[in-house]
Amino acid sequence: MTPQQIAQRLGEKFGSAVTQSLPDDKHPRVHTTAEHWRQIAEFLKFDGELAFDFLACLTAVDYVADNKLCLVADLISMTHHHEFAVKVYMDRDHPTLPSVSDLWPAADWHEREAYDMMGILFENHPDFRRILLPEDWQGHPLRKDYEFPREYHGIPGSYEMDWKQKADYPA
Amino acid sequence: MLASWPIRPYNAGNFSHTRERHMSWIENRFEEGLIVTSMDWAINWARTSSLWPMTFGLACCAIEMMSFASSRFDVDRFGAGAFRATPRQADLMIVAGTVTYKMASRVRRLYNQMPDPKYVIAMGACTVGGGPYFKYGYHVVKGVDLVVPVDVYVPGCPPRPEALQEGLMRLQDKIRAQSVGLPKGSKRAAKLGLPTPAAAV
Ligand code: SF4
Repeated sequence: MTPQQIAQRLGEKFGSAVTQSLPDDKHPRVHTTAEHWRQIAEFLKFDGELAFDFLACLTAVDYVADNKLCLVADLISMTHHHEFAVKVYMDRDHPTLPSVSDLWPAADWHEREAYDMMGILFENHPDFRRILLPEDWQGHPLRKDYEFPREYHGIPGSYEMDWKQKADYPA
Repeated sequence: MLASWPIRPYNAGNFSHTRERHMSWIENRFEEGLIVTSMDWAINWARTSSLWPMTFGLACCAIEMMSFASSRFDVDRFGAGAFRATPRQADLMIVAGTVTYKMASRVRRLYNQMPDPKYVIAMGACTVGGGPYFKYGYHVVKGVDLVVPVDVYVPGCPPRPEALQEGLMRLQDKIRAQSVGLPKGSKRAAKLGLPTPAAAV
């Protein structure tokens, strides 16, 4: 199917749950919100015409100005040789999503990474903990308002990039 | 978070610029004199010519370290080619690569497991002082000397294998200057009732 057909099919099935449809973009995708993500994911995987059986990438973006976090899932169908993406927008203060690691095993580690770096919480994940940083790490470093650690277990850090401090001392 | 982190916080800055010399069983047992001088020569000859590094690489610098060990640069000429797979058999730790906060406790533990006398070469900008991650690396230790005492710093990103060879030779120079005897001046200090002077490192 072409991206236009995929977007149309999702639009017909989910109506207003698809908040935006961009099949002609360089990155053909639809936008949705957190409460519809699980339904859309199941439909994308199990619908015979779509059959997205491969999760190529799952990552997250921080839109700090809109107070939103966004999950980006890039999907490929090995059966039909087409690809498509879904962007899931959620509230930055309560970033909770249902896990899709039972649909695509690749999502397991990617969701852990999204949690580690962006602080998105995934429900019903089989092994939900940080994947890269140590388990006692404070904060989620790829968030735009992350503050650098001044020290970690007695090892001093650099605070040159502490944007809050920079604002205090202009030039 | 989910589990507590099983390391003791270390006292940072302890090792920044000065260090206590790590001693093996034979050191500080003899007074200065002829016997010590010839024994020093023999012991230092043995130590300089069989520096066994630990097989241990953390990032891109480790690639240059491998090149330094292989036939083109051939570190076996300096007696440092026997890369050991365990810290218990190693004399030299070449910290080649980016040390993250998560890795710091492991580096420290490996260092503690090495038998004395032990030496550390900080290879590359990352281990010398945070390197390219000094400013923007929220997770990188700003120099491995905050975690373990460093004998020789080899700058570069990455340093060429020749540079690491140079670092190894400087370390050998340093070892050649060591003495197993009591530090210079300790006989006089004992006579005057002063504390034993610190060994030159
Ligand atoms: S100093 Fe450069 S080459 Fe070496 S580990 Fe750091 S970034 Fe890599």
